[in-house]
Amino acid sequence: MRAFRYARATDPGAAAALVTSQPDAVYLGGGTNLVDLMKLGVLRPGLVVDVSRLPYDRIEHLPDGGVLIGGAARNRRVAHDEGIRRRYPALARALLSGASGQIRSQATVAGNLLQRTRCPYFQNTATPCNKRDPGSGCSAIPGAHRDLGVIGTSEHCVATHPSDLAVALAAYDAVVEVRRPDGAEVLVPIGDLHRLPGDTPWIETVLEPGDLVTGVQLPPPPDGAVATYRKVRDRWSFAFATVSVAAVLSTDQVRLALGGVAPKPWRLTATERMLAGTDPSDDDVRAATRAAFTDARPLPENAFKIELAADLVAAVLRDLRTAGAVR
Amino acid sequence: MTDQLRGDVVLRVNGEDRVVNLDNRSTLLDALREHLRLTGTKKGCDHGQCGACTVLVDGERANSCLLLAVAAEGREVTTVEGLADEDELHPLQRAFIAHDGFQCGYCTPGQLCSAIGMLAEVADGMPSWISADLTATPDLDDDEIRERMSGNLCRCGAYAGIVAAIREVADG
Amino acid sequence: MTAGSGLSRLEGHDKVTGAARYAYEYPVEDVLYVWPVGATVASGTVTEVDSTAALADPEVVAVIDHTNAPRLLPAVTADELVLQSPTVAYRGQIVAAVVATTIEAAQEGAEQVLVRYVEHGHKVVLDPEDPDLEQPETTNAGFPGTSIKGDVDAALAAADVVVDTVYTTPAQHNNPMETVAIIARWDGERLLLHDSNQGPWAAATAFGMLWGIPPSQVDVVTEHVGGGFGSKVWPTAGAVVATVAARVTGRPCKLMLTRQQMYTMAPARTATRSRIRLGARSDGTLTAIDHDALQYSSVIHEFVEQTGSATRTMYASDNLRIRHRLARLNLPTPRVMRAPGKTPGMFALESAMDELAYALDLDPLALRLRNEPATEPASGLPFDGRHLVDCLQAGADKFGWASRDPTPGARRRGRWLFGTGLASAMYPVYQQGGKATARAEPDGTFDVWVAAVDIGTGSRTALWQAAVDALGVPPSQVSIHIGHSAYGQAALAGGSAGTASWGGAVRKACLELSRRVAEHGGAVPSDGLEVTADTAEDQLAPDRARHSYGAHFCAVRVDADTGQVRVDRLLGVFAHGHALNARTTHSQLLGGMVMGVSMALCEQTVVDPRLGLFVNHDLAQYHVATNADIRGLEAHSLERADDDVTLVGGKGIGELGIVGSAAAVANAVFHATGVRVRDLPITPERVRAR
Repeated sequence: MRAFRYARATDPGAAAALVTSQPDAVYLGGGTNLVDLMKLGVLRPGLVVDVSRLPYDRIEHLPDGGVLIGGAARNRRVAHDEGIRRRYPALARALLSGASGQIRSQATVAGNLLQRTRCPYFQNTATPCNKRDPGSGCSAIPGAHRDLGVIGTSEHCVATHPSDLAVALAAYDAVVEVRRPDGAEVLVPIGDLHRLPGDTPWIETVLEPGDLVTGVQLPPPPDGAVATYRKVRDRWSFAFATVSVAAVLSTDQVRLALGGVAPKPWRLTATERMLAGTDPSDDDVRAATRAAFTDARPLPENAFKIELAADLVAAVLRDLRTAGAVR
Repeated sequence: MTDQLRGDVVLRVNGEDRVVNLDNRSTLLDALREHLRLTGTKKGCDHGQCGACTVLVDGERANSCLLLAVAAEGREVTTVEGLADEDELHPLQRAFIAHDGFQCGYCTPGQLCSAIGMLAEVADGMPSWISADLTATPDLDDDEIRERMSGNLCRCGAYAGIVAAIREVADG
Repeated sequence: MTAGSGLSRLEGHDKVTGAARYAYEYPVEDVLYVWPVGATVASGTVTEVDSTAALADPEVVAVIDHTNAPRLLPAVTADELVLQSPTVAYRGQIVAAVVATTIEAAQEGAEQVLVRYVEHGHKVVLDPEDPDLEQPETTNAGFPGTSIKGDVDAALAAADVVVDTVYTTPAQHNNPMETVAIIARWDGERLLLHDSNQGPWAAATAFGMLWGIPPSQVDVVTEHVGGGFGSKVWPTAGAVVATVAARVTGRPCKLMLTRQQMYTMAPARTATRSRIRLGARSDGTLTAIDHDALQYSSVIHEFVEQTGSATRTMYASDNLRIRHRLARLNLPTPRVMRAPGKTPGMFALESAMDELAYALDLDPLALRLRNEPATEPASGLPFDGRHLVDCLQAGADKFGWASRDPTPGARRRGRWLFGTGLASAMYPVYQQGGKATARAEPDGTFDVWVAAVDIGTGSRTALWQAAVDALGVPPSQVSIHIGHSAYGQAALAGGSAGTASWGGAVRKACLELSRRVAEHGGAVPSDGLEVTADTAEDQLAPDRARHSYGAHFCAVRVDADTGQVRVDRLLGVFAHGHALNARTTHSQLLGGMVMGVSMALCEQTVVDPRLGLFVNHDLAQYHVATNADIRGLEAHSLERADDDVTLVGGKGIGELGIVGSAAAVANAVFHATGVRVRDLPITPERVRAR
């Protein structure tokens, strides 16, 4: 780990001024991913600006039924919030499925959205990786890619975004609040926050230097909606998703987002359109889910994820229709 | 803000303020083990993947390996050395011995701190991923204990004893 | 107090309060931190180690590479001969080490060292068609590489039913919670170590060999060890480099491998491929057993996993053939991991037995009972305590096996498919000679010293109980001292032989001391009485086949939508003879079973063929079972008097619990789903691959 200067920000303006004062400065939230990557040598900041104590940890339920969640709010607190648990169960469950109780106590909402891929090659500085070292090549495509993406990927990068939270936020049509260094507030729909790798896999979001994620806004869930988050993984706890799904189901609409398959939370808009207002059989749901993978680029070891996603979506919608909400 | 790469940090550990000159790179875990000689907190993976380094920060369980020491300033840190009341073991410590909730003992301090944090979460009404009803008062059955303690790996496989020990304390 | 009771661990208080000191945790003045640098090519030659940037940091004291490291002498494997040549045999092999005054500077220094290589071609894939496969004479633990009895090919040709299947297990890493950790100091020509190992005497011997000094000049303190599972049986490359750094700098040096470094600077279990052919008559009588086992070693040292060794002893057959073949790959030398050979080999054999039972339309339990041998099949030796049948029958009763409908894929409730499976277990009895010293003081107290180690097995407590028993005095008067090479030659914690071996010496010393005290009319002279016993001559004669046995019964549920497998219940019955401590014995058996479930469902070290890389080298990517993965565990012990073959009675228990458990899981998955998974781990996509 490179030696770095440390500054604890007391207001967002000062934080932005510091973080834009040198090109190798970074914001520090909970640190659960940043410190991890610094130890691996993947990130080598010269200045760390600690924004974890800025006053962005609110959880505010709005009169219209929506909610504002601060970027510095810790995952544990968000999942514990009674209004979130009652009105946004897929969000609470996604958070509770992520990492461990310890990590959830530390990790922030903003840090969770901006965490980096867990692609093993990205994390290993001794191997080529276009995301970490532009132009060096992708090791995963000809190598071990079983856990990586099948859709939205490119010939340069097949990394997945590892967040569970982001998948649920996508299903709830969340909007990300961004504070620009000049103090301006910008709203970014969750689906627009992350960029696909294309031929620039090192550019992961639409954020500019000094931008600070100060919160997320969730509109009210659809009337009478039931929702859940389910996650297939290699052990029963404390593992990233092989495939996960956030599903929000109401009488006239269904919203579906997948984790573990793409460089960003992957909304299944085509599937949603096909299923909206219908009473589909499991096979209908599978077919509609497969339809969302028309442009998929599966690799030999991870092609199974498409059928797994189809089966998982079918199972989750079946459960939501019958039981209301199950894990 | 300082141009320094290291400096004096005041860490409040087990109720005591400790001033220690640290490299900014130092994690709370290394500060405890290498500088404060509190070696009860263990390093198992150094990346938040095993839970051996779990301590309580402001009463919540946290991986000390991922927390920069300088960022822990002003926080109340409790380590395994701070669990017993003088010579009187914490009930959970006694229960771990009684139920053989460890073999090599290396994950044990983290298991203990994690369990204390976990029980506080349950008392606070926190659900888990496997809770059928997210809004109900948690019913801490064995599967709930297992899920909530899954951030603490035990390679010796003492999970059954760990669950039994926590069960005993949770049931009072 | 008598041995065999469920006494809690002597060091329990220290372990729950954080007072127990592990190797890295001793305060040392003026200490330096060592950070090894691993090779970033899988095969090649180091042409330059540029340490300029690293040494620019004033906190960095030294950078050591093959050009300036002191010479070492061959000891256990070539992997430990660190920094002796520019040749790189595998990725991650230590090519340099940075020594610094702080842990942070050492780590950053290692990032700054620039190593240049000429790369050579590499091979890292275990391939049965590999033209360079070797046929080793012997395997680890001294089994013949090839054993042939009768005419297997003719018997297979004549069999009513033949099962011919291939099973694979991936490379696996021991992953003790405490990584390799050591503090090394030189005092002239004496080497002083606080080291995390599985036997301080063995460590003293091996470090002495490396440095060309007698073991008496190597002082190894190993009070507490955070797990080993085989990875700390011999000095690792990581530990050796700390002694090199201490030699070069003349100062105490401490090193703790990162979890990532553990994947290449400490050993692992080889990947295996077992082709099993079973021939049987229609009544279930086995007529042929053929086990063709493939495993790998590094290109610098031959280590042959004894993958086929359990097949030598499990089931009766007039025709038996066991062959081992070895690939030489650009990977670290694999070494032992909990029940080497038996664990992967029994996954294969016990899966194949299940397949044969289905092929014969016979209950898997009945098939095993039908093929119970009178003498050990490969050796012809009579058995000392063969209780496999007892274990199977007792387990079947406890589990409720009799009511099982064998039809695969026939029990669905909601999203879950349910199934059950069984498998046998065995582990050989090993016992080694060694020394222990017992001393009586005039004040009525007794001290016992033995260079044992407690890696979590409970040996400290069990040995103390053995001493109390043998001395026949109140427990409060007896103190046990372990974890120091100075206590004399002793076995290591391996082969499930540690406690039996150390306990034998302890018992012998204590009985002799008791006799001496009695000779003095019970009055201990003012200078005390001391006895050192040596059990070198008291070993088991090789005239019997001696093994522990067990049987696993497993119930799983499989998510019909996703293929995820959950073990609901794993019940084991084990015959291991007398247990010195019932509580720690039980924990050990459960621990083995947990590792078995973990192996069945989660564990694999992924190899990148192109880069020659262990890809998933941490605990986020190499999955071991979490607490949530383990429920419904039961271990039951059958204590049979004819199992009391070692000097302290019972047979080893540390490895028995893992053997066969993965097969029990896989057999239950087949019963639940109709899908036979022959390649571990049993991942969702493998279950889904119908």
